[in-house]
Amino acid sequence: MSLLTGVGARPVSAPDKRPDDSRSRRRWLPYLLLLPGGAWLILFFIVPTLQLGATSLYDPTGSVTTGYAMTWEFGNYPDAIAYAGPQILRSFAYAAIATVIGILIGYPLAYAIAQKAGRWKNVLLVCVVAPMFTSFLVRTLAWKTILSDNGALVGFLRDVGILGADGRLLATPIAVVLGLTYNFLPFLVLPLYASLERLDTRLLEASGDLYASPTRTFVKVTLPLSMPGLVAGTLLFFIPAVGDYINAALLGNTNTSMVGNVVNSAFLSRQEPPQGAALSFLLMAIILAIVFTYVRRAGTDEVV
Amino acid sequence: MTNPSEAGDLRLSHVTKRFGPFTAVDDLSLTVPQGSFFALLGASGCGKTTTLRMVAGLEEPTTGEVRLGDRDITRLRPYQRPVNTVFQSYALFPHLDVFENVAFGLRRRKIREVRSQVERMLALVQLDGFTKRRPAELSGGQQQRVALARALINHPQVLLLDEPLGALDLKLRRQMQIELKRIQTEVGITFVHVTHDQEEAMTMADTVAVMSAGKIEQLGRPAEIYEYPATAFVANFLGQSNLLAGEAAGQSGGDVLVSAYDQRFAVPAPRARADRGEVFLGVRPEKLGLVAGEADVPAGHQSVRGVITDSSYVGVSTQYLVRTGWGTELAVFAPNSGAAAPLAVGSEVTAHWSPEHAFVLHREPGEGDRTTPVLDTPDAVGVVS
Ligand SMILES: Nc1ncnc2c1ncn2[C@@H]1O[C@H](COP(=O)(O)OP(=O)(O)OP(=O)(O)O)[C@@H](O)[C@H]1O
Ligand SMILES: [Mg+2]
Repeated sequence: MSLLTGVGARPVSAPDKRPDDSRSRRRWLPYLLLLPGGAWLILFFIVPTLQLGATSLYDPTGSVTTGYAMTWEFGNYPDAIAYAGPQILRSFAYAAIATVIGILIGYPLAYAIAQKAGRWKNVLLVCVVAPMFTSFLVRTLAWKTILSDNGALVGFLRDVGILGADGRLLATPIAVVLGLTYNFLPFLVLPLYASLERLDTRLLEASGDLYASPTRTFVKVTLPLSMPGLVAGTLLFFIPAVGDYINAALLGNTNTSMVGNVVNSAFLSRQEPPQGAALSFLLMAIILAIVFTYVRRAGTDEVV
Repeated sequence: MTNPSEAGDLRLSHVTKRFGPFTAVDDLSLTVPQGSFFALLGASGCGKTTTLRMVAGLEEPTTGEVRLGDRDITRLRPYQRPVNTVFQSYALFPHLDVFENVAFGLRRRKIREVRSQVERMLALVQLDGFTKRRPAELSGGQQQRVALARALINHPQVLLLDEPLGALDLKLRRQMQIELKRIQTEVGITFVHVTHDQEEAMTMADTVAVMSAGKIEQLGRPAEIYEYPATAFVANFLGQSNLLAGEAAGQSGGDVLVSAYDQRFAVPAPRARADRGEVFLGVRPEKLGLVAGEADVPAGHQSVRGVITDSSYVGVSTQYLVRTGWGTELAVFAPNSGAAAPLAVGSEVTAHWSPEHAFVLHREPGEGDRTTPVLDTPDAVGVVS
């Protein structure tokens, strides 16, 4: 409006209508901006989620050929838990271990890039993201080669005695957790980097000036100030890791399969969509509950 | 915490700090006696903050050493030094509330009874009731007071204050100055205080140092520096001076003889930094008197004739600019005592002064008069140096 009144050439009588015009436009603008994203979400998230919810309550005795009847079969849920209990637990355990390893590797990495890398910053960031230039599947297959029984790594570990003479890495829980860690690390490092990069070094100086040793400074200043990045990073790491099935399928064995593998087979090989849908929904509910408590505990409600 | 009888003087000897090719602090040596109030003045960018940072341990000197008493602390880490800083940028912890910010140093040193100490400190800086606020919810002046409290509460041996009162209004600033001075004398902390407020420096400090381009130009008691500046820079950085370019022709009868613009002036020898060659003859504006004609000049005073070109009334005094015959404008501050009627712009006057109020300074060959219209003082000088 001030812009319009500032335009001197406009006759004095004309502005009467203009402000109204622009005000109503301003009121509509946010909705207009929401439209593409909102439509996208409704079409590809809300509708499929409702469909999935419905599928999870279908009569499980149906089949693709005879069709499924909606019988509000809430019993699908306990049945699914009974069927895939170990896989559910395993999913959370593997994802949790991978997240911890991810933090141990990712935090120092993000810190070094943000605070110490100087002009190498951008190069190192590209290196962090570089694995994503190849597909998820190819990367995991590469790990299969790295960890294979006659590969150099296993050979070395056998030689130094860490692995027994016929010990192996492939098809073990270790391989699955390593695969998860590797594949999701960039999602942890990038948000962490963003918050560590914003860290004001003058605060670290002030902390040192106030008798805090470097370790104390880390605990009392650096860590709390990087919390938003750490919370966002662990969520971006943990959530897809829990639901992942490729790492378990390619690097594990039948005893390391995760809930994603069960969902996969329920839909694609065993033809039991209600069970797959029920497991998906269950997974979603548990993750939401974990995220909710985690974010409350971490005290950074602003990240979600 | 400290024992006053122990020699805890802060001593910088031949300290130099270079950033790449740029020398921020240049072979600086100074001693701040324990328990004294030391003020560091100087134009922006002259190296004041850098000097403080080397004392705090946040910057390592390129050469030279920093001692506290008989301890060499040059390479000691910041957290190992009994030194605290009030940072120019405050550097408050954004994730902690006011209380925890102030308590930070006490907690790191595992001191008990944090609550009562912090509350006393916050009352001192008039921020009681703000304990639960985050720094982002405070005004600039309030943040500055939190920074002050956060450093002061530790009762360090040396407190470094980097323009700690810059964001406060005049009344609060005066109150804080009084509090600071009181704490400093009561607890016997050594204060090194950087400020742009000359009045603050002169009223509070035992010793004032004027810095320029990484070096100390002059160091001494405030009155000493003001009454008898050592260099042209100091003469115009601390207060204002009329500096006339002239030549000194040696001493005669305890006076240094200076000729400038075909006039001869005598200055007592103890008030001359040079007695031969190119010199400045300096007089402070408030030491000049104005009379209508040469006949009215008091006996023994020296004088210059001119025309008033500007007069501004500032309450306690009237500030005149007097253009001399050769074109230079002299500043004259006439006290508003009511004894004399104000003089009109355009009137012919004679400016006079007593020889013992004048001083003689060294001048670089070719340098002209340095009389300073009020507003230009710091910049004009900063550029020249
Ligand atoms: N880390 C650094 N790298 C390069 N140059 C620096 C660095 N720190 C300070 N300088 C330079 O050193 C000089 C002195 O800086 P310093 O901060 O000590 O000035 P100051 O006297 O405190 O100024 P102000 O009154 O504006 O605060 C400046 O010219 C500045 O640009
Ligand atoms: Mg500074």
